[in-house]
Amino acid sequence: MSEIWAGIAEAFRLIWSLDEDLIDITVRSLKVSLTALVIASMLALPFGTWLAIRRFRYRRFAISVLNALMGLPPVVVGLIVYLLLSRSGPFGVLGLLFTPTAMIIAQVIIISPLIASITHQAMRELWSEYHDLLISLNTSKRQRVGALIRDGRRTLLTAALAGFGRAIGEVGAIMIVGGNIDQVTRVLTTAIALETGKGDFALALGLGFILITLSLFVNLTIHALSRTESEGRW
Amino acid sequence: MSVSLQDVVVRRRGKTVLGPITLELPNAGFTMVIGPNGAGKTTLLKVLHGVERISSGSVSWSVPSQTAREGQAYVFQSPIMLRRSVRANLAYPLQLLGLNKADISARVTKWAARIGLSAALHFPAPRLSGGEQQKLALARALIRRPNTLFLDEPCANLDGSSIREIEEILREAVHAGTQIIMTTHHLGQARRLADHVVFLNNGQIEEQASAAPFFDAPSSVGASAFLNGDIVE
Ligand SMILES: Nc1ncnc2c1ncn2[C@@H]1O[C@H](COP(=O)(O)OP(=O)(O)O)[C@@H](O)[C@H]1O
Ligand SMILES: [Mg+2]
Repeated sequence: MSEIWAGIAEAFRLIWSLDEDLIDITVRSLKVSLTALVIASMLALPFGTWLAIRRFRYRRFAISVLNALMGLPPVVVGLIVYLLLSRSGPFGVLGLLFTPTAMIIAQVIIISPLIASITHQAMRELWSEYHDLLISLNTSKRQRVGALIRDGRRTLLTAALAGFGRAIGEVGAIMIVGGNIDQVTRVLTTAIALETGKGDFALALGLGFILITLSLFVNLTIHALSRTESEGRW
Repeated sequence: MSVSLQDVVVRRRGKTVLGPITLELPNAGFTMVIGPNGAGKTTLLKVLHGVERISSGSVSWSVPSQTAREGQAYVFQSPIMLRRSVRANLAYPLQLLGLNKADISARVTKWAARIGLSAALHFPAPRLSGGEQQKLALARALIRRPNTLFLDEPCANLDGSSIREIEEILREAVHAGTQIIMTTHHLGQARRLADHVVFLNNGQIEEQASAAPFFDAPSSVGASAFLNGDIVE
């Protein structure tokens, strides 16, 4: 029990003193995961929507693949990205291994299927609800997609949030491809893993506390944004 | 716009749910499609609107099909509400037509008042009561001033005063030149409104006639039985 209190006290001390390492690590965590989120959203939101309203031959198959990808263990993603980016791998010349870019790539691969899958489910439900009406109103394809995205925006936000939550809390893949290098690729989760390994529970708990606060903060902010927006319109 | 069907058949999962039907509909007034549950009324309405795939035969409107559809509006059996405010639901079809804001606003205000939802303009439409949703769906259809309005059981589950309100709106629309093609299984409503009646049973048209002769002396066995309130199979 005293260790937990020591951890919380240490976290407060670090925040209070605006500890340089802590700020550095936190900012890097946010940069990596938010960049990954933006890229993954740009891929997964349109793809999930497209999958929901378009009928094509291998649709069911594509959905199963998507669901399978969602279950990929992050460590395996890390391993694959590592092999691709390593010096002898196909993209070795780019010199991306052990850089934040490598971590972003891994996170995009991990969260895109999740975002696409949630989007697909939500959009399919909305589409089956709207289908007859939108067809009857003689809408163009563009107008249909527009109506779905507009009226499904809160679910899309939820999908993005789930993706961000997974990205910021992920440790296995970014540890492998980032290398947890101090000042370069060390982020909240990998720092926690390191400090725990060193037996420095107080600092690990402190960082964990910051991680929780951070994701709570981001979640609440986006939620509040979506609510004020919807109340403004309704 | 007048419409004619030529040997139209709709099959679903190997079962013929409608047809073969050959039919010419008048191009004004109230056409009532009546018949027991499962007779194919909804299917016929959707075929006429062009949103139901037909297995064989042809549907032809007196104008090109694209123009025909633009002049039509359809109110579905269970109302479909956009997840938006009452106001935005009413405005949507007008936005699709590209009307300007002032025009849209004026029409929305008028129709919201007409259906008694002026105070609920900013209320989320999916949270309205069933009856209010049905009225909103009707207003959203009429707000475009369609030539032809399809209504699929618009008064199912409504109380007397709402039914009276809706019938009043429909009479006005017909008076203003909209043709209404409507299904109902309220015989009373069919008697009150119909100019022309199509009696469907088992996917077939058993009888069609002007309202007066149909209700006075139906010529088919099925329609007589239906009007008598007997069980029709
Ligand atoms: N997609 C479908 N698949 C199978 N059967 C259908 C389908 N659509 C309608 N049916 C059947 O067609 C018949 C007519 O349906 P419907 O037009 O809804 O009748 P009504 O509106 O007169 O009650 C019913 O027996 C119904 O079960
Ligand atoms: Mg029906």
